[in-house]
Amino acid sequence: MLLPVMLYFLIFHYWPMYGVQIAFKRFSPAKGILGSDWVGFANFDRFFNSYYFNRLLINTVGINLYELAVAFPIPILLALMINEVRSARFKRTVQTVTYAPYFLSTVVLVGMLTVFLSPTTGVVNHILSWFRIEPISFMTEPSWFKTLFVGSNVWQTAGWGSIIYIAALTNIDPHLHESAMIDGATRMQRIRHINIPGILSTIMILFILQVGSMMSVGFEKVFLMQNELNREASDVFATYVYRSGILGAQYSFASAVGLFNSVVNLLLLLVVNRAARRISGNSLW
Amino acid sequence: MRNEERLFNLLNGIVLTCILLAVLYPLIFVASASISDPLRVMRGEVLLWPKGITLEAYNRVFSNDEIWTGFRNTLLYASTGTLINLVMTILGAYPLSRAGLPGRKWVMMFLLVTMFFGGGIIPSYLVIKSLGLIDTYWVMVLPGAVSVYNLIVMRSFFENIPSELHEAAAIDGSSQTRLLMTIVLPLSIPILAVMVLFYGVGHWNAFFNGLIYLSDSDKYPLQLVIRQILINSQMQQMMDQSSESAATQLLMAESIKYALIIVTSLPVLLLYPLLQRYFVKGMMIGAIKG
Repeated sequence: MLLPVMLYFLIFHYWPMYGVQIAFKRFSPAKGILGSDWVGFANFDRFFNSYYFNRLLINTVGINLYELAVAFPIPILLALMINEVRSARFKRTVQTVTYAPYFLSTVVLVGMLTVFLSPTTGVVNHILSWFRIEPISFMTEPSWFKTLFVGSNVWQTAGWGSIIYIAALTNIDPHLHESAMIDGATRMQRIRHINIPGILSTIMILFILQVGSMMSVGFEKVFLMQNELNREASDVFATYVYRSGILGAQYSFASAVGLFNSVVNLLLLLVVNRAARRISGNSLW
Repeated sequence: MRNEERLFNLLNGIVLTCILLAVLYPLIFVASASISDPLRVMRGEVLLWPKGITLEAYNRVFSNDEIWTGFRNTLLYASTGTLINLVMTILGAYPLSRAGLPGRKWVMMFLLVTMFFGGGIIPSYLVIKSLGLIDTYWVMVLPGAVSVYNLIVMRSFFENIPSELHEAAAIDGSSQTRLLMTIVLPLSIPILAVMVLFYGVGHWNAFFNGLIYLSDSDKYPLQLVIRQILINSQMQQMMDQSSESAATQLLMAESIKYALIIVTSLPVLLLYPLLQRYFVKGMMIGAIKG
C-alpha cells in the first residue's frame, strides 16, 4: 500500500536531492548529471563574489526580519482577542471573515495591490489626494516594496495564522481560570498569567520554524510583485535562481545558489531548535 | 470588578470590529467597483457602494476565450489532481497509522526529511525534464501528489479511530483493504472534506508549476491567464479596437480587473465557510500531533 507513496517521494523529492550534485559540476545536458565534470566550489565562489550576493542577502533577510517583527505577533494577539469574545455568533463572524483572504490566490492578491495602488486610477491615491498628497507609484517604488509585501501578508494570513493559537487556547484547563477568578484575578491578569503561558510552547515552535526559514522568501509573491523598477529592493534568492536557472539556463550555477540557500536554512533551523530546547524546553523533535 | 469586565468586553469588541472591517473593506470595494460605472470609479466616487451599475466588465470577462480555456484547464487540474492527492494521502496515511507496521519510524523519517530539505528548483526542473513531463497536463498534478503535512494530519485522524474496530474486523477475517474501505474511510468523512478543500484550493490557486513547466498557452491554468490581465495589463483582445478610444479602453481595463478578481475568487470564498467547522478541527489535529 505504501509503495506508490514511497515511489513518489523517491522520484520527486530524493531524485532532485541526488541531482543537486550539479551544483559542484559544470552541467552539460549532453553528458548528463553523472557524466558532467566536477568543478568543486567554483559555482559557489562565483556567486559569493557576484555583485548580486549582498543585495539578495539583505533583501531576503530584511523581508524575513520585517515579517518576524510585524507579521509574527499579530496572529497571536488576534487569537488572544478572539478567545475572549463571549458571543458565539460574533466570534464565528470574526473567524470566518479573517480566514477568508487566505483562500485568495497570490495572483489575485498582487492584482488587488496593483489596482488599489495604481498612481492614476487607484483608490489609495484618491484618498491621499484629499490630503493634498501627490500620487505615489507604490508598486514601482523600491522603498515601498517590503512594507507592501509584509502588510499584504498580514491582511491575507493573520486570521488563518491565529487558528493554531486558538486551538492551543481551547486546550488550556478551564480549572485554572476558575480558581484564578475565585482569587479575584482580572481578565487581563488571567490572559497574562494563564493564556499566554498556555500557548507559549506553540509560539516557540512557530518561532523556530519562522527563524529556520530566515533565508527564504516564498517565490510566487515576490516574483509577481517584482518589476524592473523595484528590483533593487525585491530581488531575493528564489527569484534570482529562477532568472539565472530557468530563464538563463545556467543550471549548475542556479543549483549552487539554491543549495546554499537550503543548507543555511537547515543549519539555522537546527541551531534555533537546539537553543529553544535549552532555554524553554520546547523543540520540534 | 463588574465595570472592568464590561470595559474589557467593549474594548475587545471595538478592536475586533475594526479588524473585521479592515479585512472586509478591500473585498467589498472590489465587488462594488466591478459593477460600477468605470468613469465614476476612476473619479473616486465609488468608496463603498456601487454607483451607476453596469455588468459590462463581466460581459467582457465571460466573452474572452483565454479565460474560458483557463477555467477549463484549472477545473481539469483541480479535479484529477485532488483525486490523486486523496488516494495517495490515504495510501500513505493509513499504513503509517497502524502501530504494527514494520519500519514505521524509518518511513516517517523518509517523509519528514523532505519537509526540511530539498534539491531545489533547478534539480527538480531537470527531473521533470528527463521524465518528459514538460508541457504536459501531468506536470500540473504529479509533482505535488502528496503533501507530508496533510499526510501527517490524516494519519493522526486515523490513529484516533478506536483500535477495537480494527480488532473486531481482523477476527472476522477482513483484509486491510476491506477494513479501510468499509470502516476507516466512512468514519473519516470530516478529514476527507478538509483534504478536498486544502488540496482543491491549492490546485485552484496554483501558479508556480504552470509558470515553470508550461509554455503552451492552451494548457495554461487560470492563474497564469489572469496574471497577464491583472498584473501585466495585457488585454487587448477584450477591447473593441475600432470603436473605443484609448481613454475608454483604459477605464474598461480597470473594470475588467475588478470583475476578474471576483469571478476567479468567488467559487473558493463561497465554498470554504461550509467546510470551516471541519478544517478548524483538522488544523487542530495537525497542530497537536504534527
